[in-house]
Amino acid sequence: MGAISLRNVTKAYGSGPKAVKVIHGVDAEIPDGEFIVIVGPSGCGKSTLLRMVAGLEEITGGEIHIGGRIVNRLEPAERDIAMVFQNYALYPHMSVYDNMAYGLKIAKVPKAEIDVRVQKAAKILELGALLDRKPRQLSGGQRQRVAMGRAIVRQPAVFLFDEPLSNLDAKLRAQTRLEIQKLHTELGVTSLFVTHDQVEAMTLAQRMIVMNAGRIEQIGTPETVYMKPATTFVAGFIGSPPMNLLPGSSDGSRFTVGGQTLQLPAAAPRGGALTLGARPEHAEIHAQGSWPLKVELLEMLGAERLVYGRLGDAMFTLRIDATQVPPRSGDIVNLHVPPEHLHWFDSSTGQRV
Amino acid sequence: MIERRPWLTALSHAVLLIGVLIVAFPVYITFVASTHTAQEIVQSPMPLLPGDRFWHNYQAVLTGSERGPGAGAPVAKMMWVSLVSALVISIGKIAISLLSAFAIVYFRFPFRMFFFWAIFVTLMLPVEVRIFPTYKVVSDLHLLNSYAGLTIPLIASATATFLFRQFFMTVPDELVEAARVDGAGPMRFFKDVLLPLSTTSIAALFVIQFIYGWNQYLWPLLVTTDETMYPVVIGIKRMISGGDSAQQWNLVMATAMLAMIPPALVVMLMQKWFVKGLVDTEK
Repeated sequence: MGAISLRNVTKAYGSGPKAVKVIHGVDAEIPDGEFIVIVGPSGCGKSTLLRMVAGLEEITGGEIHIGGRIVNRLEPAERDIAMVFQNYALYPHMSVYDNMAYGLKIAKVPKAEIDVRVQKAAKILELGALLDRKPRQLSGGQRQRVAMGRAIVRQPAVFLFDEPLSNLDAKLRAQTRLEIQKLHTELGVTSLFVTHDQVEAMTLAQRMIVMNAGRIEQIGTPETVYMKPATTFVAGFIGSPPMNLLPGSSDGSRFTVGGQTLQLPAAAPRGGALTLGARPEHAEIHAQGSWPLKVELLEMLGAERLVYGRLGDAMFTLRIDATQVPPRSGDIVNLHVPPEHLHWFDSSTGQRV
Repeated sequence: MIERRPWLTALSHAVLLIGVLIVAFPVYITFVASTHTAQEIVQSPMPLLPGDRFWHNYQAVLTGSERGPGAGAPVAKMMWVSLVSALVISIGKIAISLLSAFAIVYFRFPFRMFFFWAIFVTLMLPVEVRIFPTYKVVSDLHLLNSYAGLTIPLIASATATFLFRQFFMTVPDELVEAARVDGAGPMRFFKDVLLPLSTTSIAALFVIQFIYGWNQYLWPLLVTTDETMYPVVIGIKRMISGGDSAQQWNLVMATAMLAMIPPALVVMLMQKWFVKGLVDTEK
C-alpha cells in the first residue's frame, strides 16, 4: 500500500543553461512497511529528495510513485503522506489536540472519529495529559511527540521525517530514536527518514540510502553499508572514526602507499592504482604484523583508545581496547589487518573493486 | 530598572504628576465647562468646580433640542456617523491590508514586486496631496453626503499592508508546508493560521486606525454638506459660529467631552490586548 518508487528523479533550480542541478537521477524502490533512512552530508540533496516525495518541491524530471500511483502532479495532501518537520512546525495558537486534529478537520472526518484517532495517538505517544496545552508550554521532546502525533492521526501510507531529532539534546535523541523504532514496529507504516547523523541512520534503518552530491552512493542494510561500502565516499562517511583510505598502487602481493611498501596478507584483486581501506577497529597491533605504524597521538575515549599514526606519510587511525597497554607517541608498532577486513577501491572512480 | 534611591523615586513621581496635570487639567476644565450655563462660563473667574447643569447640557446636545447660533443637529446622530465611519475605515483598512499582504508574501504572480512597490510608494503621499482628484472621483460617483463617500477613499493603506507583510515574512515557511501537508488551501491557511497569529498586530492597528478615522476632519469637511451626515469633529467646529453672537461654550464643551469617549474607550479596552500581545511572544 505504501510502497514508494523513485524513477530517475531529478531536480534543478532555474531553467535553461543556467539551471543548477541538485539531484542527478535517483532510482530507488522502497517496499511497503520498510523503514528507510536517507543519510548524507549537508547539501547532498537528501532533504530536497524528501520534500519532492512530500510534494513540497516540484519534480524536474522522472517519476515518483506512492502506493502504485504517480504523484508528480498531486498536492501534498493528496499523496497520502504525513511529514514530521525538523522544527516541528506546530501551529502555535492551537492546543495539542487541535494541532493533531487540524488535518482531519480539513479532510472533513466526522468529529467522533477525529476524537477517537487523536485520543489513540495521544495514548501511544503519552500525550494524554497535555492535550489542552499550547505548543509553547511544551518541552522540545513533547513538541516532537506532538509533531509525530499529527502524522499518526492521519493514518497515512507513508511517514516522512525531515531530521526530526536534530533539535533535541543527546539524551532525548537516543530515547526518541527508540520510540520511533517502537512506533514503526507497532504501526508498520513505510517511513522515509532523513538525517545527517550516521548513528541515527545505522540504528533506525532497515535499509539506508547514502547520498552524496545529488546521487545515491549506496542502498543497503546498515550491515552491508558498513561491511561492504560501495564507494570510498561511503567508506569515509559511515563509521566513526571513518575508514582509513590509503591511495597507492599495487603489484599483486604488495601495496605502495606514500613511499612505504606494505606486504599484503592476501593478494590485491588487481594491480595498478588502487585505494586500500581498513577500518580503525579492524586493525590491531600484533607482533607478526608487517605494517610499521609510527605513532603520533593517542586519545582515550573510555572503553577504547584511538591511536593516530603514519604509514609512510599516509595518516592511519587505529582503535584499540582501553585495557590494552597503549603504545607511546613516537613508537613504531607493527600493524596487522585480517585479509577479510581489507577493502579495495578503484582510485579514479572510487568504486569498490 | 530597579534602584533603591528615595529621592529618585520622589523626583520621578513629581515628573509624572506634572505630566498628568498638563494633560488632564484641560480635560477637567472642559468637563467643568460642560456642566454650567453659558453665562456662568464666560464670567470671570471661571468656575473650577462642576456645576449642576450636567444632565441638562448633555441631554440638550445629544438630542439637539437647544438650538444655538451654530448648527443644531443632534450630537447623537453625529456620533453615530463618526462611529460608523471610524469602524468602516479601520475594519476595511485591516481587511484589505491583510489580503494584499497575504497575496504579496505567499503568491508568485507576474509583477508581484511592481505591485508591492506601487503600494509602498503611496506611503509617501498623504491624503491632502491627492484630495482634489479624490474629491472629483467621489463626486462623479455621487457619493457625496454618504457613508461610502466618507469612508472608501480612506480605506486603502500602505502602512498597514507593509506592517502585515513584515509580520507574514516572519512566519516560518515550515508552518505553511505543514498546512499544505494537512490539506489546507491558501484561504484556509489564511483563516486558520495567519489570522490567529496576527491578532495582536490587528488589535494594534485597529486602535490606531479607529482614532485616525474618528479624528478625520479635512475629508468629511469636503464631502459632507448635509447636517445629518456630519461627523462629530465637524459638528464641534460648526457649533462655533463666527461673528458677534454669544457662543454656547457649555454645549460645545459637552460635545467635545462626548467626542472623546469612544476613542478613549477603544484605547482602554484594546490596551489589554496590547499587553497580552507583548507578554506572550508566540510565533
